[in-house]
Amino acid sequence: MLLYKIFIDPFLQMGAAPDLFVQTLWEGLVAGVLYALIALGFVLIFKASGVFNFAQGIMVVFGALTLVGLYDLLTRLGLPIGFLSALVALVLTIAVMFLLGFAVERAVLRPLVNQPDIILFMATFGLTYFLIGSGELLFGGNPKVMISDQLYLPRGALDFKIFGGLVSLQKIDIAAAVIASIMVAGFAIFFSKTRIGRALRAVADSHKAALAVGISLEQIWVIVWFASGLVALVTGIMWGARSEVSFALQIIALRALPVLILGGFTSIPGAIVGGLIIGVGEKLGDFYWGALLGRGIESWLAYFIALVFLLFRPQGLFGEKIIERV
Amino acid sequence: MLYREVGQFKTSYASDQAVFPILQDRIGIIAILFIAFVAIPLLGDDFLLQAVMIPFLIYALATIGLNLLTGYAGLLSLGTGAFMGVGAYACYKLESLFPQIHILVWIVASGFVSAAVGVLFGLPSLRIKGFYLAIATLAAQFFLQWCFIRIPWLYNYNTSGALEASTRTFFGVPVTGPTATPQVRYLIVLTIVAVMTWAASNIVHGRIGRMWMAVRDMDIAAELMGVRLLTTKLLAFAVSSFYCGVAGAMMVFLWYGGAEAEVFSIDQSFFILFMVIIGGLGSLLGSYLGAALIFILPILLRTVPAHLGMPLHSDTVEHLSFMIVGAMIIFFLIVEPHGLAQLWQIAKQKLRVWPYPY
Repeated sequence: MLLYKIFIDPFLQMGAAPDLFVQTLWEGLVAGVLYALIALGFVLIFKASGVFNFAQGIMVVFGALTLVGLYDLLTRLGLPIGFLSALVALVLTIAVMFLLGFAVERAVLRPLVNQPDIILFMATFGLTYFLIGSGELLFGGNPKVMISDQLYLPRGALDFKIFGGLVSLQKIDIAAAVIASIMVAGFAIFFSKTRIGRALRAVADSHKAALAVGISLEQIWVIVWFASGLVALVTGIMWGARSEVSFALQIIALRALPVLILGGFTSIPGAIVGGLIIGVGEKLGDFYWGALLGRGIESWLAYFIALVFLLFRPQGLFGEKIIERV
Repeated sequence: MLYREVGQFKTSYASDQAVFPILQDRIGIIAILFIAFVAIPLLGDDFLLQAVMIPFLIYALATIGLNLLTGYAGLLSLGTGAFMGVGAYACYKLESLFPQIHILVWIVASGFVSAAVGVLFGLPSLRIKGFYLAIATLAAQFFLQWCFIRIPWLYNYNTSGALEASTRTFFGVPVTGPTATPQVRYLIVLTIVAVMTWAASNIVHGRIGRMWMAVRDMDIAAELMGVRLLTTKLLAFAVSSFYCGVAGAMMVFLWYGGAEAEVFSIDQSFFILFMVIIGGLGSLLGSYLGAALIFILPILLRTVPAHLGMPLHSDTVEHLSFMIVGAMIIFFLIVEPHGLAQLWQIAKQKLRVWPYPY
């Protein structure tokens, strides 16, 4: 009976209501894209500096809060409400993210060059605490509404009729998917074609060799932290537009960690594919199998999916093969 | 000056291998134990015992547990909070199923349940390591926390979903529950923590500790030298979870008096990891120093401005203490990445050769 409920019944349900299945699948894909965006921020920094940046989640919140806060400030200073102020706020926020990357490099990374990985990992914990404290101090702990209308982000839903049922797609989700793909494509070109991109890959390969051929580590780190700050900002805008901007958002960063182990810490395509697998697995698992175990299994299901994959590929799906020598 | 060790000769191997080879250290330890066991319960007020010393000792024990795993065996774990929770829930369950056996027995015995769960979630460590393992232990954290909320059997189907410590006596003196005085609970916590620290010191100085350190330094090399990775790594998970489990049980029964699943959240795991890193990886002394710094610092931040006549808004204080703790972590990592224990080692070395620099 239990076996029937695990192995047969959910699939019968999928067959009986294909529109529901498509809807769940789509929601999973969208969640996956957003997870992938967060994972992308992690991967960028890990690739270039070997730092596992725990602060990525709070950077998402920080970016979104800064944007909303600056917009608020600008309109109170007399700028007209609308696209223009939103654009100015956006540019200023990008500048803030650059300053953040610069400050992190100066205050945290540079004094800790050549320390073991776990020390740098801990330093990003300290950074997380610092950003939580300063963010709440500056912007207050209340949830805020993302300025999605002023940024011309679409809202509402598109309805499709398939399999005799109705599937509704949120426009903001479609926009998120499009923007995410543009960003990923942009990064792919940036990494493979530009001079800085190639320098980044050199640094990722070996710090010493990169220094020896005259690549400035400090410069590269600022660029990488700025890039992941940008990714964080975009993620923050997207998540913020879907729900609201609050410190609860940083929890989603923890949700993105299984994506990382699934895709491998060093692989950008891995982050995307891993994100999609986790997103879809989580939504389908919760929808079709969740009732068996009681609700709320999505808090750990992603970790279990990732663990099962890890048993077969310890370096993740796309990670570089780990070769160990004594 | 204080550490002048002229004339202290070692005449046997045993004295050469002692944990505290210097006389002054032995005197210092006895003095600390005397202060902890006699002076503090006699002179300290309830606030000091209840809000500072009891939690400090419990956190120190949990920190030792994580330090055995991360500092000695080199296996990074982010599931400490959940393993503490396993200890707490196991103790609650065992205590309500078998009330005729004494609660203090169950507090220690619940560590074994926690150890078993720890071994189960330690299995992935045989395949993966480093950050991958750290994230895999997050699976334990989230899964166990989900169990604490969703399996009503664990909290005896009570409506609040919370654990509660009932009143139990030991030779007529209440030791748990609302009527137990802080002095009694403090002495019990102190005794358990002191005994378990002594045990941990013996483990890490002996064969098992050396095996762990060999695995930490390079597991393939250790395997080639004949250390069995399977048993060594799982043993590290078992012992570490045992310590965390006992700490969790004490947290509910001897400190809070009652707790919900929220107490054992991921924040708790990170909190204890902070203590390990700030105190010093691979140092028992460091576990105490780290617990003291991370736990007592926010208390100071809360009380000192009020005494100085600058009453700050409680929200502001909280945000400021977040910022300061974050900045302190970065500061300490930059100044001394090997933690407070290393600072103490340096200071001690300076004292030993004083007034000469070398």
